[in-house]
Amino acid sequence: MRGISKRFPGVLANDQVDFEVLQGEIHTLLGENGAGKSTLSNILTGLYQPDEGEILLHGKPVAFRSPRDAIEAGIGMVHQHFRLAASFTVAENLVLGHRDAADRGLLLEPRVVEGRIADLSQRYRMPVNPRARIWQLSVGEQQRVEILKALYRGARILILDEPTSQLTPQEADDLFQTLRLMAGEQRAVIFISHKLEEVMAVSNRVTVLRRGRLIGTVMTKNTNTRELARMMVGREVVFTQKKEGPAQAVRQVALELRGISANGDLGTAALREVNLTVHAGEIVGIAGVAGNGQRELAEVITGMRRRTAGKVILNGRVARGGDPLESIQGGVAYVPDDRLGTGVAPSLSIADNLVLKAYRRPPISTRGVLHPRRIRANARELMERFNIGASTSQTPARQLSGGNIQRVLLARELSSQPLVLVASSPTSGLDVGATDTVRGLLLEAAERGVGILLISEDLDEILALADRIAVLYNGRITGIVERQHADVEQLGLMMAGAA
Amino acid sequence: MIRIERRLTEARWLVVAVPLGSLVGAAVLSSIILFLTGHDPIATWARLLDRGFFASGALSATLVTATPLLLTGLAAAAAFRMQTWNIGAEGQLYLGAIGASGIGIALRGQPALVIIPAMVIAGLVSGAAWGAIPGVLRAYTRTNEIITSLMLNYVAGLLMSYLIFDSHSYWRDLSSFTARVFPQGKYLSDAANWPSFPIGGIVIPFGLLLGAVAAAFLWLVYTATRFGFEARVIGDSRAAAHYAGIRTRRKIVAVMALSGAFAGLGGASEIGDFRHVLDPRGLQQASFGYAGIVVAALARLNPFAVIVVAILLGGLSNAGFSLQGATFPAGLVGTLQGLILFCALAGELLVHYRVRIGRPTRKAPLGRVEIA
Repeated sequence: MRGISKRFPGVLANDQVDFEVLQGEIHTLLGENGAGKSTLSNILTGLYQPDEGEILLHGKPVAFRSPRDAIEAGIGMVHQHFRLAASFTVAENLVLGHRDAADRGLLLEPRVVEGRIADLSQRYRMPVNPRARIWQLSVGEQQRVEILKALYRGARILILDEPTSQLTPQEADDLFQTLRLMAGEQRAVIFISHKLEEVMAVSNRVTVLRRGRLIGTVMTKNTNTRELARMMVGREVVFTQKKEGPAQAVRQVALELRGISANGDLGTAALREVNLTVHAGEIVGIAGVAGNGQRELAEVITGMRRRTAGKVILNGRVARGGDPLESIQGGVAYVPDDRLGTGVAPSLSIADNLVLKAYRRPPISTRGVLHPRRIRANARELMERFNIGASTSQTPARQLSGGNIQRVLLARELSSQPLVLVASSPTSGLDVGATDTVRGLLLEAAERGVGILLISEDLDEILALADRIAVLYNGRITGIVERQHADVEQLGLMMAGAA
Repeated sequence: MIRIERRLTEARWLVVAVPLGSLVGAAVLSSIILFLTGHDPIATWARLLDRGFFASGALSATLVTATPLLLTGLAAAAAFRMQTWNIGAEGQLYLGAIGASGIGIALRGQPALVIIPAMVIAGLVSGAAWGAIPGVLRAYTRTNEIITSLMLNYVAGLLMSYLIFDSHSYWRDLSSFTARVFPQGKYLSDAANWPSFPIGGIVIPFGLLLGAVAAAFLWLVYTATRFGFEARVIGDSRAAAHYAGIRTRRKIVAVMALSGAFAGLGGASEIGDFRHVLDPRGLQQASFGYAGIVVAALARLNPFAVIVVAILLGGLSNAGFSLQGATFPAGLVGTLQGLILFCALAGELLVHYRVRIGRPTRKAPLGRVEIA
């Protein structure tokens, strides 16, 4: 791939990226979330068309107008979230949407397909029962089906998007075995990851992307996790907004977590004995790569998720937990990462969204009756104060830009005079101006004594705003450092679980 | 290449133009069918409008048919607004009829001022209770309310038949020999007949007035109360409701009960305004509950529009009855009604989506894929 650029509204997802992969090689694409790895692989699999640049396959330029073109050219992709039909069998999933000699007209020839699956799974040591239905399989087995599907369709180049994120260590080791076997057969494997250890263990070469740009390609044997971490996270840290330490006078504990454990959506442990304190007026940054327990942490604090162990202590009082209303009334404000859909109700107006939490109390409502005039007055005041750009307060929230949605959210959450604010990726996807506004609002809130838990994948942002930085890896806090003593490389290693 | 994409904003003129356009479309399509089957389209349309609305007494008859449609339409609108899919207005209406007729029989001999309010309340309560069942199942066991509420329609229908045809129940008339051989329900006393109000030659049934009050009530609930605000948030995004600390489960039960109460009131009005006896066959043939879903959809879940649509559809179905005969088969009546609904719903799509015809904008360079 040469000089690939891809622009999305407001973002340059890939900027002149060169990338090559050789036959018989396992090549890792490394980078933080939003670095452009997925965009690049989506271009390679025909899902997106590049704005600039060209793709050469075996030396010849090709253009993929659809995923089908890419599949026919021998490029297979295993997505992080599997694309299998749950109620179908393994064999049926493999032939789904695929035309070849094995089917005659509309009739499938199950025995032929099953025979081929048996061959493939033996060759690559991926035992799987072709007659099992997908929903009966474990995550690891489903992934094998995805890989088999790509191979069944004749993939010579296989792309795996964060394949180990949901696997047990044993399953991951088995997967690496399989990948090496495939490379041994002169297939090319592109491995997308941000876990440094496994990158070092499995790949021959590593290409690092950051913010859509190519940082460099290195041989694994000539590098180490430390260098990769630095390339991935970037050394130059821009302090856009200096943050003074909190005034000593207000150093009361606003929020304390003691031994918090919680399960993720799949019922597996997502948080393991997390201990953390947030003082009034302090910004505590939670650094880490997405999927390491950040969402669960935010949800436990805000009552949206039940904890399995530990205590959440809010302003000295132990919370029952598992009840968002209790947290709201206890003074916890929350800016969720899913803004449109969770943070605001998309079809409701700005005015309604601004009272999404205050509608229960006077002056917005009395004895169950809403006061539309006060709702509108509240909207006018907050739209003015927080500079929300919309023609009227009756505009549905979904018509707003990302920055304005975030302003609506912050306006509502900060105007409730919270004790604690949990902000999840508050600036992701925002343009520079909106990012600056949001960061300014967070700092202002901290100055007024709000204890802020800033969960962000953007290490620069955490370094710019946080007083203390805690790193979350695999559901555990692997270290807490003061901002002054923070070392980017060290943080990068902790984020990748290598420290 | 034809693509259908969602409109970002719903243009205001479309909200008026599209329903009108779909009416015209329906008229054209059905005229073609009428012409092909050897009927004069214009004369048929004139007769349809005449029998539905303009002939003497036609509008009054239409209002009687419109009353249960209005209430089941409100039932559907109340639930659908919260994205809760109560398909059980049919069964809830039966239960309302059972409750209202039961209390009407029990209070035989009481004055109208006692008996009629009791029937109204009985209809509301029994409909609400029946509607709350799928609500509770949905809220606490995550059962799909579409299926449970639909299935409960059959249960309610069988219950009603059982009370009259298969048992010596309280509702069944056993006073005479013929009544024992040909099962029928006990007729209510005259005091249980709901009043009607003649205004300028049109007779307005009491149930229709209750329906209008119910429509205003529903509108107020959704626009001006905390309850309605919460329901709107839940309807828009469950995740946002959870985030805002709204008790989603209770709300689901409450909205299903409210929806059921409207349908139950529809059942009570069928007894009080029209039938004066629990009549399983008649109620089941009318299928007001299912028609209510169509009413609500055409009214875009707006309670006041539900009133208008219920009257229009009531007229259409009344006219259909009088049109059909030897020269005009019942199937053709159904076809006409179906076409009108079909066009109206197709037009609804155009308010939310636009159709684009043209090639995709990207010009991808062409190149043959070759594998070495």
